[in-house]
Amino acid sequence: MISAIIVMAAIGLVLGMVLGWAELKFKVTGNPLADKINDILPQTQCGQCGFPGCRPYAEAMAKGEADINRCPPGGEAGIQRLADLLGVEVKPFGAGVAPKPKSVAIIDENTCIGCTLCIQACPVDAIVGASKQLHVVVADLCTGCELCVTPCPVDCIHMEVVHETVNNWKWRYPVVPIHPERAAP
Amino acid sequence: MNGKVYPIPGGLHPAEHKAESNARTILVAPLAERYIVPLRQHLGQAARVLVQAGDTVLKGQIIGTPDGHISAAVHAPTSGRVLAVEPRPVAHPSGLPDLCVVIEADGADTAVEMHPIDWRNLAPGELAKPLAAMGLAGQGGAVFPSHVKLAPGGTAIETLILNGAECEPWITCDDRLMRERATAIMQGAEIMRHTLGAKRILVGIEDNKPQAAEAMRGACAQLKLAARVTVVPTRYPSGGAKQLTQLLTGLETPSGKISTDIGIQVFNVATAYALYRAVELGEPMLSRVVSVTGHVAEPHNIEARLGTPIVDLIRLAGGDLAGVTGHIIGGPMMGFDLDDTAAPLVKSVNCVIARNPALFPRHPPAMPCTRCGQCALACPASLQPFELYWHAKAKNLDKARAYKLFDCIECGCCSHVCPSHIPLVDYYRFAKSEIVAADRAKQAAEGARQRHEFQLLRQEREKQEKAARLGKKASERLEAGAVAADDPEAARKKAILDAAIARAKQAKETVQAKNTETLTPEQQRQIDAIEARRQAASPATEHEA
Repeated sequence: MISAIIVMAAIGLVLGMVLGWAELKFKVTGNPLADKINDILPQTQCGQCGFPGCRPYAEAMAKGEADINRCPPGGEAGIQRLADLLGVEVKPFGAGVAPKPKSVAIIDENTCIGCTLCIQACPVDAIVGASKQLHVVVADLCTGCELCVTPCPVDCIHMEVVHETVNNWKWRYPVVPIHPERAAP
Repeated sequence: MNGKVYPIPGGLHPAEHKAESNARTILVAPLAERYIVPLRQHLGQAARVLVQAGDTVLKGQIIGTPDGHISAAVHAPTSGRVLAVEPRPVAHPSGLPDLCVVIEADGADTAVEMHPIDWRNLAPGELAKPLAAMGLAGQGGAVFPSHVKLAPGGTAIETLILNGAECEPWITCDDRLMRERATAIMQGAEIMRHTLGAKRILVGIEDNKPQAAEAMRGACAQLKLAARVTVVPTRYPSGGAKQLTQLLTGLETPSGKISTDIGIQVFNVATAYALYRAVELGEPMLSRVVSVTGHVAEPHNIEARLGTPIVDLIRLAGGDLAGVTGHIIGGPMMGFDLDDTAAPLVKSVNCVIARNPALFPRHPPAMPCTRCGQCALACPASLQPFELYWHAKAKNLDKARAYKLFDCIECGCCSHVCPSHIPLVDYYRFAKSEIVAADRAKQAAEGARQRHEFQLLRQEREKQEKAARLGKKASERLEAGAVAADDPEAARKKAILDAAIARAKQAKETVQAKNTETLTPEQQRQIDAIEARRQAASPATEHEA
């Protein structure tokens, strides 16, 4: 009887030590769920979700403080993927947030006064220029967040929708006409 | 003596339709009035334009410079004046316009000075550099920049394969080129072999082109080259790079890899011919041979300058016959419909087919997949086309990728044999481009995330640096105050300052109001009364306070 208690206590102690050691050794730093959510977000850093950037929004979602339908640049597909990851129902976009076609900022070269305010506003360092020098948006890096539009004191920045070109064109989903005789050219 | 032919999986034998155009010799197109030269004629980045409207250009002058590693130069096909640099209709499945240089020919066809390259004295691999300015791109269809292929890193190239299979129906441009210009092709192949450091050259030609095989054998014997011409059975798609590699060497290219990874480099015969012209004559890629066939009066192979409008090529082939309903660019298996015949000839266009309902009957409507497995038997890449179809149709892209969608060469065998007439390849193309776009978006998001995080890091660092700077200044000021005590000069200055402050204080205390010296007794009495009232009021005020 005594020996059994001692053996069980010893086993409990050893296992407890192993668990304690493992806790320290394999400590999870940061929030892995927030990282996973952040991977899904489009990283435009536009703030349309009401959070200052994608990571804060991801962290809020991981804590359950934010809804999954507040990211317009991610589109419906983004909501779908977030719903899959978090195991919640897909829902339509929240009030005041609606997806827009992808666009990039364009600076009017004739009006820009080189004030650097847009450079400071750009969350992804996609605008180059220096004080009293012309600023230019690097179109490939622009995420279309529109954060540079309002700070401009001379209103020289506008958003331009990215049109389909030979370079970014995609094959369409095959549509089979139900009445081929009528649909034929 | 024929080389050994190894078996390959799948494939089929559609009606050849080669006889229409392969009997006539190559027609050299006369100079056109106007050329439209797209800046994107190759795989990779479009060339960067070097000219603007109003410039005069010479034949062979570089008008678009390669932009990045995988890119090719673009040249003026003739001398003349640049009318515009603007988007024009091009031969692309999207039907979208692309940036082109429009050149009005002056008729003189004056060329820039062309310098042959002394390739025999260049070490293997060194030819790629001068070739980059020649604008060569693979003419088999993929239009991969040739100078990149001639300097592959990694695996050493043992075998050079020259692709003369030309397996797709209707197309005969390589057939005619081999019959008429075999010597030049083999000279080009020898330059390739030297540059790649390859040991042997294998030429693969389908058995429906006996004259071409004969001409190529003759050229090999004449040039005394270590090359072997192998006639392979006519079975589509034997001209696919991976398929021809397996036919000639028995080596199967692993999934996700290309022939280069197993020490084999494959070039089209027309590319070898263009290389010969570039190296031995110093002439950049200005023209190509294209089959114009189908429902036209005189199907022909035409050697035309790049940038010639396709409508001109059709006119040279006798023009469209009555009942033409459209044009196909490329072959009937892999080609696409051309929207606008004003589009120009580019490096990738090997065939233009005028279609009519008799030659190309309309596809019957697609029926549901019956899982018969015909497509899997026909697939030359040993894939499961029906699985790919289900996943692509359901937009289950990850699953489609897992079933090796990207090993599909889009040859069209599965669509051709499908008893339900499902346009299978259209689904694969859709799925592929969706996956590529998603990958691109993912990469862009990753870049944006990194830049944003770096920006936050930088702002934090700047804040800390500023705080450190201010703290340092403040401590310096404090230190300066402490130092002043033992510094005689500072002490003297401080004494002067203190004395000045003391003087000012004293002066303020001793000063007398100047307006009370000459007062009348009446005024004096009033003042005294006020003073008395003030004295009386002040204790009360103090009390209140």
